[in-house]
Amino acid sequence: MIYALIGNQNCGKTTLFNQLTGSNQHVGNFPGVTVDKKEGRVRRTEDTVVDLPGIYSLSPYTAEEVVTRDFLIRDKPDAILNIVDATNIERNLYLTLQLIELQLPMVVALNMMDEVTASGGSIDIPALSRELGVEVVPISAARNQGISELVSRIQKVAGERILPAKLDFCDGPVHRAIHGVTHLIEDHAAAAKIPARFAATKLIEGDQPTVEALKLNQNELDTVEHITAEMEDALGTDREAALADMRYSYIERLAALTVHKPGETREQERSVRIDALLTHKVLAIPIFLVIMALVFWLTFGLIGAFLSDWMAVGIEWVTGQADAALTAFGINPVIHSLIIDGVFTGVGSVLSFLPTIVVLFFFLSLLEDSGYMARVAFVMDKLLRKIGLSGRSFVPMLIGFGCSVPAIMATRTLSSQRDRKMTIILTPFMSCSAKLPIYAVFTAAFFPDNAALVMILLYVMGMVVAVLYGLLLKSTLFRGQPVPFVMELPAYRLPSPKTIALHMWEKAKDFLHKAFTVIFLASLAIWFLQTLDIRLNVVADSADSMLAAIGTAVSPLFAPLGFGDWRAGTALITGLSAKEAVVSTLAVLMGASDQTQLVPLLSQMFTPAQAFSFLTFTLLYMPCVAAFAAVRREYGSTVKAVGIMAAQTTVAWCVAFVVYRLALLIL
Amino acid sequence: MTLDEMKPGSGGVITVVGGEGVLRRRLLDMGLTPKTRVMVRKVAPMGDPIEIRLRGYELTIRKEEAAKIQVEPDAGQ
Repeated sequence: MIYALIGNQNCGKTTLFNQLTGSNQHVGNFPGVTVDKKEGRVRRTEDTVVDLPGIYSLSPYTAEEVVTRDFLIRDKPDAILNIVDATNIERNLYLTLQLIELQLPMVVALNMMDEVTASGGSIDIPALSRELGVEVVPISAARNQGISELVSRIQKVAGERILPAKLDFCDGPVHRAIHGVTHLIEDHAAAAKIPARFAATKLIEGDQPTVEALKLNQNELDTVEHITAEMEDALGTDREAALADMRYSYIERLAALTVHKPGETREQERSVRIDALLTHKVLAIPIFLVIMALVFWLTFGLIGAFLSDWMAVGIEWVTGQADAALTAFGINPVIHSLIIDGVFTGVGSVLSFLPTIVVLFFFLSLLEDSGYMARVAFVMDKLLRKIGLSGRSFVPMLIGFGCSVPAIMATRTLSSQRDRKMTIILTPFMSCSAKLPIYAVFTAAFFPDNAALVMILLYVMGMVVAVLYGLLLKSTLFRGQPVPFVMELPAYRLPSPKTIALHMWEKAKDFLHKAFTVIFLASLAIWFLQTLDIRLNVVADSADSMLAAIGTAVSPLFAPLGFGDWRAGTALITGLSAKEAVVSTLAVLMGASDQTQLVPLLSQMFTPAQAFSFLTFTLLYMPCVAAFAAVRREYGSTVKAVGIMAAQTTVAWCVAFVVYRLALLIL
Repeated sequence: MTLDEMKPGSGGVITVVGGEGVLRRRLLDMGLTPKTRVMVRKVAPMGDPIEIRLRGYELTIRKEEAAKIQVEPDAGQ
């Protein structure tokens, strides 16, 4: 049996999914779009539950809504498991009424019943069930109450194919119109395998995908139009409003009959008090900055650094053991170098990021699941609107200053596909922490008196370029209408430890997968290029390696930017494995044993203007392979990811060119 | 009067939902239908968007969008 789990955003859907499946779940993509498709085995059964995106309606506009519709209509799950937030029942039932029209076996899980009861409220479950014509099971996903009852009900409903008993939630003109159209298109709907009632309602709403799927002839289309226009005349309102109003009017009557709610729930009252502070006119932004500073400090400073150091110690130990074992075995020195310098060092350096990523996602998931992220979007929206994004994109971009990889992974929380794709493109322009060592060495060598100023200038330049690039994208590739920023501010709730743990595990798995595929291959490639010359002989001096040859080959490209030196080109290429490598490569190629020696050598290699141009390019050019792997994963396409990288590097080249020419005039 | 013109703390009943396409549909789907009671909770620190309360939950929309919603304010406001 396959069940489709559907509900609004913030109704506890993920929590219920985790309760149903435990850790037995895996994440994929819906074909063609990068919308998460989570599947899992329902515990103690042979049944599968598919977690569909959180949506409010089955309208045809967002990728999430389209994916859900397609899944329900084409894949025909054995039953729909519709989760409804009992504390916010009116808006949640709006989706329920649309789902009922699909004529699939269905059960409603009425979540957060504990909160309703705790505030002295009650819901007449039998009456609600009778009026809706589907089984309603009260549950509390967070407290794991009612879950086994829910599972046995849905097994029964799916097994016996019990369809929703009722379809009519309307009277008067809407009723007449739906019936007229249903009758007219019945055959077409059957041929297209779409439930007739659902198709009729959607036709009246003017739903384009349904019009196309049904293949109506002109005559029939005219009749539908005529029926709909008659309905509009009778009601004095347009078609979309008429149907929304029909559903909400029914829900209002239903709620009056079955829901007893003395006032707001405790959680809602508490939220108003918390928001008095967190979205306060003056305090909101300072509080947000303090929270983010704290998260950064804990992640990249205290906890993350501590764990990363220990991880590095562990990796070093394992590497040492492997090194000793290979030596003892007397293995060929080239293979030895490949395993130790290529694989272990390459994958090891990336693995040491793992603790940081896990810790960061602990905090992010805490902020997201508690409901605070929605407030951040509310507070910061105005800043990002000019470049065609919404406040939701603010947090991923901010994380970009730490590391692009988790930042790109964090765009998953954005509900609009368009916003997600644009945010992923813009995030790498935020200068990540791995670039700091490069800035440190260069400012020490060239701008010792203005080190802080130059660094700030670089960070600001990254943001300015992102804004300009965003404006460009908005008026070219992302010209379409943005999804309107109409967002729920859910009540604050304490996230469940289980949800957070699973979230961290998911991100860790995702990152490990990248580390052992893309990053593994990239480490091998760089080792080959560094160790061998064009004739595949092992080189003694790294200046003879293939990498140096490539560096020399590409260096004319950088000549207009002022750094046509082959060593600069080579350093930029190794920087693709990790940005810190730019400094270490320069050190090796210039014969410096450490970074303090590198500083005076650098000032012989570059003029200040050239150095600043090099810094500009380093700031803006394509991110490291780990970030590339993240972009590729989120876009679901290698070609697009490569295109994004090429475009970003082109932008970097142009900006560095302008900066260099200006610097020549000033410096 | 339109929704964006209402002061925080004041309420009213929606009379007309304007706009078109995705936006209008989104507003209707979220329960902003004619005859619905709304109350403006607060304005974001930078002056936009606004937070409103309707049908027992909180929603945020931009002023640009709120300007397309006609509201009959409660008497005495």
